[in-house]
Formats: sequence, C-alpha cells, structure tokens
Amino acid sequence: MVAPLEQVFRDEWGRILANLIGFLGDFELAEEAAQEAFAVAAERWPRDGTPDNPRAWLLTTARNRAIDRIRRDRTLAAKTRLLEMPEHSEDELDETTIPDERLELIFTCCHPALALDAQVVLTLRTLGGLRTDEIARAFLVSEPTMAKRLVRAKAKIRAAGIPFRVPPAHLLPDRLAAVLAVVYLIFNEGYGGRGQLAAEAVRLGRALAELMPDEPEVRALLALMLVNDARREARFTDGEVVLLRDQDRSLWDADQIEAGRAELDRALALGGRGPYVLQAAIAVLHADEPQDWRQLAALYGELARRTGSSVVELNQAAAIAEAGEVEVALDLVERLELDRYHYMHATRADLLRRLDRVEEARAAYERALELVHSDAERRFLERRLAELER
Amino acid sequence: MKYILLIHQGAAPTPRDEEAWARLSEDEQNAVYADYKAINETPGVTPGLQMESPETATTVRVGDGKTLTTDGPFVATKEALGGYLVFEADDLDAAIELAARIPAARLGGAVEVRPIVEW
Repeated sequence: MVAPLEQVFRDEWGRILANLIGFLGDFELAEEAAQEAFAVAAERWPRDGTPDNPRAWLLTTARNRAIDRIRRDRTLAAKTRLLEMPEHSEDELDETTIPDERLELIFTCCHPALALDAQVVLTLRTLGGLRTDEIARAFLVSEPTMAKRLVRAKAKIRAAGIPFRVPPAHLLPDRLAAVLAVVYLIFNEGYGGRGQLAAEAVRLGRALAELMPDEPEVRALLALMLVNDARREARFTDGEVVLLRDQDRSLWDADQIEAGRAELDRALALGGRGPYVLQAAIAVLHADEPQDWRQLAALYGELARRTGSSVVELNQAAAIAEAGEVEVALDLVERLELDRYHYMHATRADLLRRLDRVEEARAAYERALELVHSDAERRFLERRLAELER
Repeated sequence: MKYILLIHQGAAPTPRDEEAWARLSEDEQNAVYADYKAINETPGVTPGLQMESPETATTVRVGDGKTLTTDGPFVATKEALGGYLVFEADDLDAAIELAARIPAARLGGAVEVRPIVEW
C-alpha cells in the first residue's frame, strides 16, 4: 500500500506545489500546506480508500489548510493574493480546470538572481519533490546546512520580488538556457554514480518536454540525458571506469537509446541546431556500431566553435584519432591550454602510445596521474602505464 | 515593489574624469546622457541624486562613543557608489531590465538592485 501512495506523492508533488505557489504567492506557506495535505492523505487514503480525483483532493485539502493558517495570521493575509480570492474557492476543485503551473515554478527556481547551487536544490525540492535530507545526502552536506540553503533561496525569491511566471518572449531564450543548464547539472551530478539525481534529471527533462513541446533544445537535452543514462550500467565494472569503446553493449538500455534517438529526431524536425542538439547528436552517434568518427569529429568541431571550450576540442581530437588521423589529433591536443586537466594528458599519452613514442607517452601518463582525483580513474591510468612497459 | 538601483561607476568613464570621458566618442557621450535622461523619465522611476566623486567622500565610524573620521569612501574608490535611483516595478525582472539600460552597467561599472523595505 505504501509504495503506490509514495509514487502518487512523487508524481503529484511538483504540480500541487506549483499550483499552490501560484495561488498563494508564497513558497514557504505553499510548501507547508502541501506537506500537511500529503500527511493527511497518507493517514486517510489507506483507511478510506484513494479518492477518485487524487490531485483535486490534495489541492483542495492543501488550500484549505493554507487558508486556515492565513486566518490565524492576519499580517500574512495582507501579503498574499488570498484577499482577492473568491468565496467559493473552498469547493471541491475540478481536476480538468486545475492549471499546470510547473513551468512558472521551474523558471522561478532557475532565476539568475539566485545562486546556481540554490537554483539546483530549489528545483530538486520543489519540482522533483526530493526531501531535504535526500538532497543533502546527494550533495554530501548535512541536512541543517541544506535546509538553511533552501530557506535562504526562498526568502530571496519573496524579498527580491522574483516573479512566478514564464518569462516573456524577449527574455525566454536566456532564461530557458538557464533552466536547461540546471537540469543538465543535476544529471551530471548523478552521472558519477549518484543515480537518483540522474533519474530525477531525466524526469525533469520529460516534464519540460511535455510542457514546452516545441522547443528543440528541450527535446535535445532530454535526448542527450536518455542516451547517456542508457549506458549507466556499462560505465563501471567492479568500481572501475570502462571507456565507451570497451563497454559491454549488451548492458546498454536499447529502448532508452531509441527513445533518445526519437527525441533528437523531433528536435531536428523543429529546426534545432543549438548546443544541446549538437551534444545529443554526438551521444546518439556514439551509440551506433560502428561509430562514424568523421561525423563525430565534425560535430565536436562545431560544438567547440560554438562554446569555445577546449575540453570539447579535446574530444574532437580523440574522434579525429579514432578516424585514423592520429598525428592530426596530436597536433590539435598540443595546441590546447589544458595543462591542469588530467584528461588532456591521458589523451595525449594515448596518442603518443599509438605513434610508438613510448618515452613521451610514459611522461604524459605520469603527468595525468599527478592530476587525477578519482581512485577509479587513477587505477585506469596505472593499468595503461603498466601496459606501456610490456 | 519598490527597488533602489545603486549605480557603481567602477571603471566607467564619467565627465568628472575628463581624460577618461574623452576616450568615448561624441556619439557615445551623447548616448550616455540620452540613456540617463530616458531612464529618469521612465514611468515608475524616481531619479536619485548624483553624488560627487568618491575622492570627495568622508567616512564616519563611531567606536567607544568616539567619532572616527577617515578620508575617502567606505569601500575602495573604484567600487564606491556613484548615484542611485528608485524604481517602482512589478517584479525583479523589470528592475533588472532597467538596471541593464543604465550606461554604467555596460561601461565597466555595475548596478546593484535591492528591494526597498516598505512598512
């Protein structure tokens, strides 16, 4: 009984909370009311049965709780939109007329006036419905620290007047980019092994694609996450990193890769040529067998031009090498200013090894080992260095 | 909501520093005047007072009941406040858009936006 109820809660939390914030104009009050409503549901539904209309039930209960609270606290009433509320609002809500305000909510949470880490945790708490202790664990901080961060962010939204709305057209491109950056950041936090965050990011990506079906970059980000996440099981064996080319493809989630491919096709059909479209196309091409390295090198080149990122150029060099032009790749790597980046030295070492320049390769592996942080990657480099000696 | 926009000139050229001001073309100089005029005439804006340069500032502190007076602004000259205005706006986005129109923001300075406490 508990598990399905918890699932309803996870699915409904973002929508209920978004609607309450839109209605009450206050994050803190909305969150408290939502929590109370879910607590009442947890007590009553197993006993009395789940209502026909769970969302309307939860929203009505939460609104009533909030109204009770406001009546007890008149100064708060003066600050909320409730004064303009029509009398009949306590009637049972009609599910079909409940507006979906999750987009307003995510644009508020990802407002650039909030610090990036605050945007991330607010999004996870409000839209994702993750509990404060879960978020604290995912980001390796204590629960009181995370709670403080969330309270501070909500206080800034209220005090600074950050609007609860989808930005107007002239602000939308920048603001959408900020939202997508937050979702992708959450995904990447989860990519290193904290799977719950990656799954949460995919869920957020799906919700965004549902809410903004005609935005190619939204579709492309979802495609990118689906394809990368589909390879999760194959990325580690006994805690060791497995490179893409050595991964056991039978461990890949083929259905999810197909779903990603379909999202990318939609993004392309919508005329998308943005950075997430490029990254998704790269991810999809990597899933092909055999990989089209020339095409990959061209896409990395385009992405590098667009982003000015040396790290992307490093990937471009790796693709050029796979396409057979190892010396061209090495020339490119040696132009990059990435001396503090262990992947640059590891890539350079690998290229030198392929060109039989063993001494230089050894020196480059050693430099990479000086810079590497993750134990799994250190062991990988040590294996490579040892193979060189044979 | 009411916001105060605190204008920090930073490295932005102003007519007070003739040498720096002369580095702007005549068109750019006229644009600065025109932009400030347009901002001051924007509905919701209450123009503030322009301050003399930070070098003319005197900073006052009180410690143990004694007034301690020092020459110069509270922060380094470059970061000092140059002027302000008050803007009545619907929300932070509107205040940010106005702040972005203030020439100091694009010429090397910055504008800090803060809500005003209303009782």
